[in-house]
Amino acid sequence: MKRAAVLVFFLGPLAWQVLTSFWPEPELTRALPHTLTVANYAGLGSTFARAVLNSLLVAAGTTALCLAAGASAAFAIAKLDFPGRGLLFGGALAISMFPPIATVSPLYLILRAAGLRDTLAGLVLPYATFALPLTLWLLTSFFRDLPDELYRAARVDGCTPWQAFVHVFLPLSWPALATCAILVFIFSWNELLYALSFISTPSKRTIPVAIALFAGEHVEPWGQIAAASVVATVPLAFLTLLFQRRIVAGLTAGAVKE
Amino acid sequence: MKARSQAAVLAAPAMAILAGVAVLPVLAAIWLSLHRSILVFHEERFIGIANFHFLVTDGRFWSALGTTAYFTAVAVAAELLIGLPVAMLLHRGGGLFRAAILLPWAIPTAVSARMWAWLFNADYGLLHRLLPGVDWLGSPRTALHAAILVDVWKTTPFVALILLAGLSAIPEDVVKAARVDGARPARIFFSVTLPLLRPAILLALLFRSLDAFRVFDAIYVLTEGGPANATETLSIYAYKTLLRSGDFGYGSALSVATFACVLAIGLVFLRFLGRAEERATPATGVGRKAGASNR
Repeated sequence: MKRAAVLVFFLGPLAWQVLTSFWPEPELTRALPHTLTVANYAGLGSTFARAVLNSLLVAAGTTALCLAAGASAAFAIAKLDFPGRGLLFGGALAISMFPPIATVSPLYLILRAAGLRDTLAGLVLPYATFALPLTLWLLTSFFRDLPDELYRAARVDGCTPWQAFVHVFLPLSWPALATCAILVFIFSWNELLYALSFISTPSKRTIPVAIALFAGEHVEPWGQIAAASVVATVPLAFLTLLFQRRIVAGLTAGAVKE
Repeated sequence: MKARSQAAVLAAPAMAILAGVAVLPVLAAIWLSLHRSILVFHEERFIGIANFHFLVTDGRFWSALGTTAYFTAVAVAAELLIGLPVAMLLHRGGGLFRAAILLPWAIPTAVSARMWAWLFNADYGLLHRLLPGVDWLGSPRTALHAAILVDVWKTTPFVALILLAGLSAIPEDVVKAARVDGARPARIFFSVTLPLLRPAILLALLFRSLDAFRVFDAIYVLTEGGPANATETLSIYAYKTLLRSGDFGYGSALSVATFACVLAIGLVFLRFLGRAEERATPATGVGRKAGASNR
């Protein structure tokens, strides 16, 4: 009973949105639709398909960049000693708490000067402000949990720190990398403020921007907006259902001492 | 020495990226806030703290600050009050139930806000059909609360998961011992569970407060700060000043002020968290480290 109430609150609005997406536009004034249609989906057209592709590219690019730069750094923080180690880790944590609006104005000018404003590539770097600290946090706690003896043994066998990372630690870290990739992908897929501020060409919009600025010629096309929302939600619903254990573990990593 | 320099090389790319996209821009924002800088006029002139002089007398800034504080306080309190019972339901198990609850957290805030805008629609929205007569987004009195409802819907799952992690860390023996001693369920909840959950609650409060204070997406999509600026938060005001008016000097001053507020909230919470940790029994190490942030 209690569960049912919770489910109605959290899933009810989503169910209504799915129903609206199949609701013929002229019938929206009725209490319930008499027929169902896929016209709202068909009407989305190529601009929205472009937005899906753009979101995929930006989220995948951010994930790749953050894992590439973050994995080796997390390994170094967890297992090695170098100048600035504490500063990097503490700094990353502090940066994850920055409000994104604080960096919009300088990033706008920097991207414009670099010719990267209004490009998808120009979104990937700003996205690292929230994605890279998350990566460092998750992977550092993962590498810390691996025994130090592993590193020492690799060194005794003649590995350089880099070789120990690539040949010993990286092969062990696929589960952590996957968790991290899923979370970074979701956060990048959902980002609005930077995309809204730095992208001006409609064909370069990501899904959150496209949906935020979705407008019809005369009236709000609620059916189409609903269809677009469903399209934007389906990949995430799949990710969530498939990887919920990983997502929950990643989100609450460090919230509880093992 | 050689190992140390190799380690520095391993960490260098991440360090360079964070310095370039976060540290440098924040410093640059402070620098910009000391200028009069209007993009379209190509005007840029150092004016010292004049922007901040204007800021303290700017009624719209104080109104946005008040709106942001109210939004944060009410939303976070509601999320905690709903999140706790949800966490206790989750604690009894059910993977599918957990996945279902996670869905609102996973979808883009812009999408969920559009979805709620349709529910709130004054002509045909579901809420209007169920409860006619309330113009949720059109009236200054209800619009902010509508935005709070959207935030609660979207982020309570995150709060529930943090609290669930805290609940799972409470040893069953403690609860059993209390039961053997004859404590009623309500007494066990208030005298055993809740005190042991304190660090997890503080952690959820920290994450959510910092996150709610920078609220942008939901309000931008629902109302763009209207009606009559009733829902204009600091991030929305700064965004409009920067990108609609092109006033990068004063916009940066607003951004810096938002940043200072978030910093202050963070420091206060970390202090509380540190104290809670000292007091926490060895059984629960919740709050020992900060966790992944939620966006």
